[in-house]
Amino acid sequence: MTTSAQTVVVPARTKTAAASATLRRKQGFQHGGWFVAPFLALFTLFVIWPLLRGLYLSLTDANISGDDTHFVGLDNYREALHDSAMWDALGHSAYFTLLVVPCIVVLAFLLAMLAHNIERGKWLWRLCFFAPFLLPSTVAANLFQWLFTQGIGMFNHVFGITTPWLTDKSYAMLAIVIETLWWTVGFSFLLYLAALQGIPDHLYEAAKLDGANAWHRMVHITLPLLRNITGLVLALQILASLQLFDQAVVMMDFGPGPELSTRAFVQYTLEQGFTSYRVGYASAMSVIFFVLIAVVALARMWLLRNREEGVR
Amino acid sequence: MTTAEATTRPTVRTGPTVRTKARRPWTPGQIVLTLIGLAVSVVFVAPIAAALFTSLKSETEAAQIPPHWLPKVWTGQAWKALFDTGNITNWLLNSLVVSVCVTSVVVLVSALAGYGFARTEFRGKTVLMGVVMAGLMISPAVLGVPLFTTVQQMGMVDTYWGMILPQCAPAAMVYILYKFFQGIPHELEEAAFIDGAGRWRVFFTIVLPLSRPSLAAVGIFTFISSWNNFLWPYMVTNNPDLMTMPNGIATVMNSYGIQWAQLMAGGLMAGLPLIIVFIFFQRQIVAGVAHTGLAGQ
Repeated sequence: MTTSAQTVVVPARTKTAAASATLRRKQGFQHGGWFVAPFLALFTLFVIWPLLRGLYLSLTDANISGDDTHFVGLDNYREALHDSAMWDALGHSAYFTLLVVPCIVVLAFLLAMLAHNIERGKWLWRLCFFAPFLLPSTVAANLFQWLFTQGIGMFNHVFGITTPWLTDKSYAMLAIVIETLWWTVGFSFLLYLAALQGIPDHLYEAAKLDGANAWHRMVHITLPLLRNITGLVLALQILASLQLFDQAVVMMDFGPGPELSTRAFVQYTLEQGFTSYRVGYASAMSVIFFVLIAVVALARMWLLRNREEGVR
Repeated sequence: MTTAEATTRPTVRTGPTVRTKARRPWTPGQIVLTLIGLAVSVVFVAPIAAALFTSLKSETEAAQIPPHWLPKVWTGQAWKALFDTGNITNWLLNSLVVSVCVTSVVVLVSALAGYGFARTEFRGKTVLMGVVMAGLMISPAVLGVPLFTTVQQMGMVDTYWGMILPQCAPAAMVYILYKFFQGIPHELEEAAFIDGAGRWRVFFTIVLPLSRPSLAAVGIFTFISSWNNFLWPYMVTNNPDLMTMPNGIATVMNSYGIQWAQLMAGGLMAGLPLIIVFIFFQRQIVAGVAHTGLAGQ
C-alpha cells in the first residue's frame, strides 16, 4: 500500500493543482469507505434497522414476546387515528411545547443580556444559570416534585400559597413547565451568551456616535443579529419539548398525572409497548411520531432556505 | 466563538495590575444590574441548596410541615443510609462505565466518519450523507419500542452492551465534526501526502491534533448527555444492579415510598460530580456546549 501511494506521489510533486486533485481523489478511493464504516455499522444497527423494523411491526399485531405475529395491514394506523387517548397524549405534548418554548427563548435571552452586561463575575452568572442543566433529568424532576408537594414543599411555603401543584389537573402541567424552565434554560442561555459575545463592539460604538440610546442599540443591532440563534434555539427546543418524557413521568410518580392530564405522547407509546405489550400498535405510534418530528425539522430547513434566498 | 473568547479573556485572565486598569468604577447602572443578577442567581441556586440542606436533616425533620430551610439538627444519617442500604455505589460505577464507554466510542467513531464525509471520496457518499442528516431527527424517544425489540433480539437487554451501543450512533456529532473538518485547509494535508504519508497517518498525526478543541466539545457534550440519560437505560434495564444513577434514583428509590432526605442525598450524588467538574473546567465546558449547540446553525 505504501509503495503504491509513493508512486502516485512522485509525479504529483512536479505537476499542478489538477494532479493534486486526482491524487486527493485516489487517496480517498483507497480508504474513504473505511473511515465511515464503524459509524455506519452502528447507525445501521441502532437507527436504520429499528426504523425499518418499526415500519414492519406497525403493520402487524406483534406482542412483546414476538410469537404469533400476524399481518394486519393498516389496522394499527386506523385504530391510532381514532384513539382519543393518543390524541390527548399528543395534545399534552403539544401544550407543553407551546408553553415552554416561548418562555425559554425569552428567559434565555434576558439572562444572557444580563450576564453579558454585568462587568464583574461572569463565571458566577454562568455557573448559577447553567448548573441546573448539569443535573440528570430525574434528579431535577425529583427535586421539583419535592418542592411542589403540598405541605412539606418549599415552593408554596416561600410564596405563601396552597396550590395543589401535583394533584390538580389545571396545575400539573404548569408544574412540569416550571421545572423544565429551571432545568433547561441554561443551555439556551449559553447559546445566546456565545452569540452576544460574537457581536463586534465597533457596531455599538458606531451607533453610540450616531446618538443611538441603549434601547435603540438593542432593537436595531442586538436583536437582528441574534435572529439566527433564535431560530436555532426555537428549533432545538421544539424538537426536545415534543419528546417530553423524563420530567413528566418522574414528577407524577410514573403515572399519567391527575386525570391523565400530563401523559405525554412518548409515555403513552411506551405504555402501549411495555405495559399492554402491544408492540405492533406502539410501533405504529412511533412511526406517526417520527413523521411529526420530520415535518417540524423539514419546516425549519424550508424556512432557513427561504430566508437565505431572501437575503441574497 | 474564538473572537468572543478573546474579548472576554482580559477581564478573567490578566494579572492584577492590568485588571484594575480594565475595571471601571461601580456605576449606578452596574450596581442595579449586579443586584438583579444576584437575585436571579439565588432563584436558580435555591432548589439545589434546599436539596443539600434537606439531605442533612433526619427523615422525620425532612417531612415536617411547614418546611424550613436549615436543619435544626445537622446529621449525616441520610447519606449513611444511602451507602448502607442502597446500590448507590453500583449505580455510580455503572454510570461511569457507561458514560466513559459511550464518550470514547462516540468521539472516535464520529471523528472517523466526519473526516470520511468531509475529505474522502467513495461511492454513494452523497446518499449516505443524506441518510445521516435524516438521522439527526431520530432519538430513542422517537424509536422507542422498535429500538427495544431490536436490542432484545440481539440478546442485549439488561447488559452493558445494550445500554452503551444504542447511544453510540449520534448523527449530530458526525455532522458537527464534518463541518469542522471541512474548514481545515487542504494544503496542510497535501504537504503530508507529498512526503509520502497515507490517509490514515495524515488523519492521526495532522488532522486529529488540529481538531482537539472540537473533539473536546463533542466529548464533553456526549459525556453530559450520557451521564444524564434516563429514557434509554430505563427502557433497557430492569436489574437494579445494572442501573445507572439517574435511573436507579428515579425508579428504585421512588418505589419504597419516598424518603426525601435520602432521595435528595442520592440526587446530589448523581448531580454534583458534573457540577464540581464544571466549576473547574468552566471555560472548556461552556465553549464545548456552545460549540456543539451552535454547530446546528
